[in-house]
Amino acid sequence: MKTIGGGGMPIEVLLVEDSPGDVRLTQEAFRDANMSIHLHVATDGVEAMAFLRHEGTHVRAPRPDLILLDLNLPRMDGREVLAHIKENEDLKTIPTVILTTSEAEADIARSYQLQANCYLCKPVQLDAFENLVKSINDFWLTKVKLPQQRPGG
Amino acid sequence: VGRKSLAKRKEIMNAMAQGSMPLQVLLVEDNPADVLLTREAFSDSQTPIFLHVASDGVEAMAFLRREGSYVDAPFPDLILLDLNLPRINGCEVLAHIKADDKLKNIPTLILTASEAEADVARSYQLHANCYLSKPAKFDAFGELARSIREFWLTKLPPRRRLLGEKIRANERKP
Repeated sequence: MKTIGGGGMPIEVLLVEDSPGDVRLTQEAFRDANMSIHLHVATDGVEAMAFLRHEGTHVRAPRPDLILLDLNLPRMDGREVLAHIKENEDLKTIPTVILTTSEAEADIARSYQLQANCYLCKPVQLDAFENLVKSINDFWLTKVKLPQQRPGG
Repeated sequence: VGRKSLAKRKEIMNAMAQGSMPLQVLLVEDNPADVLLTREAFSDSQTPIFLHVASDGVEAMAFLRREGSYVDAPFPDLILLDLNLPRINGCEVLAHIKADDKLKNIPTLILTASEAEADVARSYQLHANCYLSKPAKFDAFGELARSIREFWLTKLPPRRRLLGEKIRANERKP
């Protein structure tokens, strides 16, 4: 199965996560699963939006092929980030996967209402977390056909 | 209410009693061979899966809105949607689902032979949860169906399923 873009193009993933421990775990698990992933990290919602809009220091930021979004974030929370992404004609086609510790029914329902592509609960156990990252790689970055960079561009 | 749906209901009640709620999957597909392959790939699952099949877009919408002979249709946990369908095409079905507050929460996966970039972009624009190209090879199709099963059907929040059942029970009240 060919990866996004083909020809050895790296896969750009934006992880929006404020917990340094979870960032590190995700980085390591992706490194083990797939060498061709560029994992970019935004530690709050404001930074995530700046990255997606190429603002400030993110002027040369690539368009992500996939976004992994935590819900509870400083400054602008994940729900608001998700709403901004899915209301924007240009950004809405980027698959956005919620990755959070919250198992609250209200969070799950609200995320799907806001058109999240998928909702995943972060497992507490280390092994289970690694397996989840691996399954994100196996499904979203291998099986799924992601949109090409920039619709119409 | 046909005998078939009564039997199905009984099956659901039994599964509920055993604490293993079956997953309800709606496959919208007009090709009988693809239906068969999907059914086979889903049949060896540990969690019981009910695969419901709608063979065109009109039938799919009737199922989802519980119209006509689908008055007893369950609330699906997952929808697998082909794009090229008779009567109402898959894009239109997708647009209806994602514009409906009651239906938009159901993960809807596009499963189609089309690899056209325009179809991919349009599906994501319409908020498809993901886009999957059907492989032409028999083995690869089975593998894809299994990976859908493993990824989605193990990660659907279980309480959402119960919520779906609850919504349904409330809707039935006169």
